[in-house]
Amino acid sequence: MKSVVIGVIGADVHAVGNKIIDHVLSSAGYNVVNIGVLSSQEDFISAAIETDAKAILVSSLYGHGEMDVKFFRENCDEAGLSDVKLYVGGNIVVGKQDFNEVEKRFKDMGFDRVYGPGQKIEDAITHLKEDIGI
Amino acid sequence: MDVYLLVDFGSTYTKLTAVDLKSETIVGTSKASTTVQTNVLEGYDKALDRLLRDHPEIDNVSDISACSSAAGGLKMAAIGLVEELTVEAAKRACLGAGAIVDLVFSHHLTKREMKKLAETPIDIILLAGGTDGGNQECIIHNAKKLRELDLDIPIIVAGNKDANDVIDDIFVGAKFEYHIVKNVMPKLKVLDVEEAKHGIRQIFISKIIEAKGIKKAEKKIGEIIMPTPEAVLIAAELLSKGFEEVEGYGELMVIDIGGATTDVHTIGEGYPKRTEVIMKGLQEPFAKRTVEGDLGMRYSANAILSTVSSYEFKQYFDEDDKWEHDIEKSIKRRRENTDFLPTNKHEEDFDNAIAKICCDVSISRHVGHIEVVYTPLGSMYYQTGKDLSDIKYVIGTGGVLISNKDAKKILRQVNKKSNKALELRPNNPSYLLDKSYILASMGLLGQKYPKLALKLMKTYLL
Repeated sequence: MKSVVIGVIGADVHAVGNKIIDHVLSSAGYNVVNIGVLSSQEDFISAAIETDAKAILVSSLYGHGEMDVKFFRENCDEAGLSDVKLYVGGNIVVGKQDFNEVEKRFKDMGFDRVYGPGQKIEDAITHLKEDIGI
Repeated sequence: MDVYLLVDFGSTYTKLTAVDLKSETIVGTSKASTTVQTNVLEGYDKALDRLLRDHPEIDNVSDISACSSAAGGLKMAAIGLVEELTVEAAKRACLGAGAIVDLVFSHHLTKREMKKLAETPIDIILLAGGTDGGNQECIIHNAKKLRELDLDIPIIVAGNKDANDVIDDIFVGAKFEYHIVKNVMPKLKVLDVEEAKHGIRQIFISKIIEAKGIKKAEKKIGEIIMPTPEAVLIAAELLSKGFEEVEGYGELMVIDIGGATTDVHTIGEGYPKRTEVIMKGLQEPFAKRTVEGDLGMRYSANAILSTVSSYEFKQYFDEDDKWEHDIEKSIKRRRENTDFLPTNKHEEDFDNAIAKICCDVSISRHVGHIEVVYTPLGSMYYQTGKDLSDIKYVIGTGGVLISNKDAKKILRQVNKKSNKALELRPNNPSYLLDKSYILASMGLLGQKYPKLALKLMKTYLL
């Protein structure tokens, strides 16, 4: 069973979406390691190392996500997690911005999948199957 | 009168406690210097003679249990993967089993670290790493390195269970004995150290006692069943929880200020007391022990000066203390002469100041901390470690405390402090002293007679 780490980054306490993601990914057959809300980049990375996770899914709903995930990819590389897939989703930027631009900015930061508001969690499952298998 | 004899082979003294099971009282205690260099039984015999001389009413010793921290105690190396996760879990397993953790390694063992492992006197190695189903690569790498080294040191393997079969294959034909037990961190941040602790105790009984020259004592007194610090932790847990209809004291803390280390034990969940607090970090053990190797009255007196500045040191003298203390000189004197005993008020006051520092700093390191985070929904708090603000009893033990009229003044250092507001220290506990030095003995007695041990602790801790 493949492990994936999920959690809500930064000073963000939105717990409902996090629980839904946990439930859906577990039902889809993943070993979900949920580090919960108010999590730092270090929490995600340490969890991924110990659990040998193949992907990290970062959630953020409060608008400050772009700042919270700065250098996430670089920090993963530093910790020996270069092969781990990075997903980010939610309300990840301040205000209403063109999603194509947002997606490009996050991909430039090293994220493999970027989801805006309203994206279906099923899409993430499809992508996970493509990226890391089941 | 028949007595049950409890023996503690300490690093300095061999201590005996005689309990009368019928009248449920402590008949007497005695001590003599531990004689591990020559024959450990010499010290024991001397202490026993003293006990029998002082208490002629004892005609027969019906049963004996013993623990030991002689010959340097139980020294361990803890190996894990991520420092704040499996490495920390491994360390807690060692500490909970009464060991001193002398070496700690994370991630892949390097040649330099292996050299250190080979050069340091270590009794047992605890090898962890990865959650169950998680990372195997690291623990397998480290197992291979340990096999390469092939030191004659027993290894407890308590890591990712998926790696166990491979580790069995790696360890075939090795010089050392090894035991595979449950993972100390089976899931992320979940701590499960019981099996590892049990494994450590088994090796302690079967091998370490012999290596330390204490085995000879077993012919006369039966098996030495655990390291002394574990006996203290077991006693504290019993006193906290109670037994059958005898109620316990609830959440409590034991602080033991010794010559080389300061040990802090707390019994309690330590969960957050408020709703807007979120727990961070690895799960805390219900019975938690920490050991500070740089805080002690004699052997580690030097190290105190690197922990507190001389300005801070002075803050620990009593307000009415008019002595001109030469801090460096007084510290040096104690370090160079570890048998030093204060003979006048001036020296006593200085010892008290060291004890206060040991107490204060060890508590800072033991208790949980709060950190404020500002979120769009208002202030929230992270809690790392245990919230001990509701601890009801603080029990002091160790040479400097038990015969000191200022002991409670020293113990008061554990309290909540305005300049350490983010530390979750006890708010307003009651203080008790282990005046007759019975805690370890009661941990031993509690293995067979928990109710009696509990009653005696409630009577003799004042």
